[in-house]
Amino acid sequence: MLRVSKSVVVGSVVSEPNGENSVPGKQTVIVNDADQPASVVNLRELWRYRDLLYFLISRDIKVRYKQAAIGAAWAIIQPLGMMLIFAVFFGVFMGVPTDGMPHTLFFYCGLMPWVFFSGAVSAGSVSLINSSNLITKVYFPRVIVPAAAVGALLVDLLITAAILLGLSLYYGIHWSWVLAMFPVMLLLTIMLALDLAIWLAALTVKYRDIRHALPFVLQLWMFVTPIIYPLSVIPGKWRWIIYLNPLTGIIEGIRSSLTGGDFNWTAIAFSVGLTLLTMPLAVKAFQRIEKSFADLI
Amino acid sequence: MTSVISVKNISKRYRIGGLDPGYSTFREFLGGAMAMPIRRLRRIQISPSETIWALKDINFEMKAGEVVGLIGHNGAGKSTLLKILSRITFPTTGRTEVHGRIGSLLEVGTGFHPDLTGRENIFLNGTILGITSSEVKNRFDEIVAFSEIEKFIDTPVKWYSSGMYLRLAFSVAAHLDTEVLIMDEVLAVGDVSFQQKCLDKMHEIRNQGRTILFVSHNMTAVTRLCERAILLDKGHVVADGPAAEVVNGYLGSSWKATSEREWPNLDQAPGNEIVRLLKVRTRTIEGLTTETVSIQNPIGIELTYQVLGSGHILVPKVEVVNEEGVPLFSSHDVGREWRRQPRPIGSYVSTIWIPGNFLSSGNVLVNASLVSHFPATATHVNESRIITFQVIDNGEFESARGDYVGPITGVIRPLLEWNTTAVTLRDHRFASDHVAGSTK
Repeated sequence: MLRVSKSVVVGSVVSEPNGENSVPGKQTVIVNDADQPASVVNLRELWRYRDLLYFLISRDIKVRYKQAAIGAAWAIIQPLGMMLIFAVFFGVFMGVPTDGMPHTLFFYCGLMPWVFFSGAVSAGSVSLINSSNLITKVYFPRVIVPAAAVGALLVDLLITAAILLGLSLYYGIHWSWVLAMFPVMLLLTIMLALDLAIWLAALTVKYRDIRHALPFVLQLWMFVTPIIYPLSVIPGKWRWIIYLNPLTGIIEGIRSSLTGGDFNWTAIAFSVGLTLLTMPLAVKAFQRIEKSFADLI
Repeated sequence: MTSVISVKNISKRYRIGGLDPGYSTFREFLGGAMAMPIRRLRRIQISPSETIWALKDINFEMKAGEVVGLIGHNGAGKSTLLKILSRITFPTTGRTEVHGRIGSLLEVGTGFHPDLTGRENIFLNGTILGITSSEVKNRFDEIVAFSEIEKFIDTPVKWYSSGMYLRLAFSVAAHLDTEVLIMDEVLAVGDVSFQQKCLDKMHEIRNQGRTILFVSHNMTAVTRLCERAILLDKGHVVADGPAAEVVNGYLGSSWKATSEREWPNLDQAPGNEIVRLLKVRTRTIEGLTTETVSIQNPIGIELTYQVLGSGHILVPKVEVVNEEGVPLFSSHDVGREWRRQPRPIGSYVSTIWIPGNFLSSGNVLVNASLVSHFPATATHVNESRIITFQVIDNGEFESARGDYVGPITGVIRPLLEWNTTAVTLRDHRFASDHVAGSTK
């Protein structure tokens, strides 16, 4: 009853929802209404703040590498170092099957997207908390913060991806037209990382435990991702479980795009589906908590 | 004519208390997923004592080109209101609408990154305000010139003084052409000449038809710059009207007698079973209550109180605060007579004399209290801003002003002794020879 009368009043007085609204030819109207959700996906507003996204990204990159002696080299040391260790232990000593690929290349195909993904998700999840001085003092679309955290790692992803292509040439692998799937897989990785970064950034503001749980969860996640082992070692009966990990299709897809092998379309379909499904969920979760960011941080 | 800013039924509730850290634990999250209906119920039943209404049912409108000063004590809700208008935080109830882009300056150096240079921060700040880089580029030279930090524009801002920070921040916000400008206490920092420059700039912005809402404790600035002021008290709008009237109300008449306050009924007088305050007033040497005092004249503050319980060493205390809220001094009775002697039951009058040529000109507010430190430390009476009076320095009498007619800085204005004598200097080398000789 109360609800009905309230919405009538609101509806008759104003029509614009929260956030920045504008009708062509009319002035911008900025609304802050208790009864309406925050507008996380106001594309027009996001576009206006695109320079801020660029600035936050370049600031992150500058600050990250400014005081490190070898600077951006750190971006490649992590996946390459892990690749070598894995190659020695899992490859040489344990003889993990790799579907015929060289061990180093096989591991690197998994590590390259993984290092980006786990880095982006970790950075994204604490991004809002770490920007509290901005969030409590100035308005801008909050979703820019986790997006910038992911964006700041894109340079690293491109460098490590270039190294992967170099490695494959070194091993004399002949590229074919299926290499076109490689950038598609990278794009999928970025989208997935962005989804989770947005989701976790919002949740971490509300539930600080996530900060402690995430490193552990990511460690477990790495082992349920076919980085050290090929998908083929999983019995067919149980394979659907590992398909539920969206990184499975991505990593297997990267390997197939390089070797020209058969794509596991089921796994890829799962990856695409899960990535697309996570997006509205992440946005919804972000939107729900967004209104209280400044009060909780 | 539609309003540029409209605030409708805005209320904002904060949770207080140590029990709730403001964010939930993961256990609550997991548990909550299963016990959702119960949690919903609990949410509604937040006990009123755990919450505080920072703002309650705020309504007002502002038209294009209006300059409104938002005044009130600390904690009145001024900053919360600005935060809601600039969408930093959301209201608990109600709705605000702002027609046009908002440039907000809520704290010195908001969004400045210490490792970036002044130049980089101008762009960063501009983009945070939602302005594209090319727009910032167009105004860049103007911003730098106004802020007077040309020399340091390529220095990381972490080396800046707070004054330089503020100058740059104000300059960015003032030069970017947002239709609405929201500012919090920007005049609190910075030297007087820059404050003047800011005021002039705000005049100019107003004349361009831009709308300004600003918080200030500087009542002179509010009356000079605004045609309208809104007074907030404990989250409510208590006055909204012509700036001069609202400011006068805030400084004086909201405490019924400006320079004298009396509690005829002992039961309702501030205090406790030991002592109650009966009356506080200003007095001249002749014994009259006064609302104004010439700067060269002493003024007394007289506390009348009734001691109801014996055996306590009572100390009357007065604190004097200027209109910007700056405490000027605090003084308690250290006279020998009652310093170590418990006060017998009875009525007392204590007067403190503030000498002439000591306070600066302007409004001052008086806080009065009665405390004791024997047999136990206790505050029996503590009344804030209980009376007020104005110090006038018009240059008619012997004061620090002398023949100078312009503004004088400082929270006090003592008449100090200067000594100037004529000396004969043979040539310019005299001084340096003299110094060189003395160091030998």
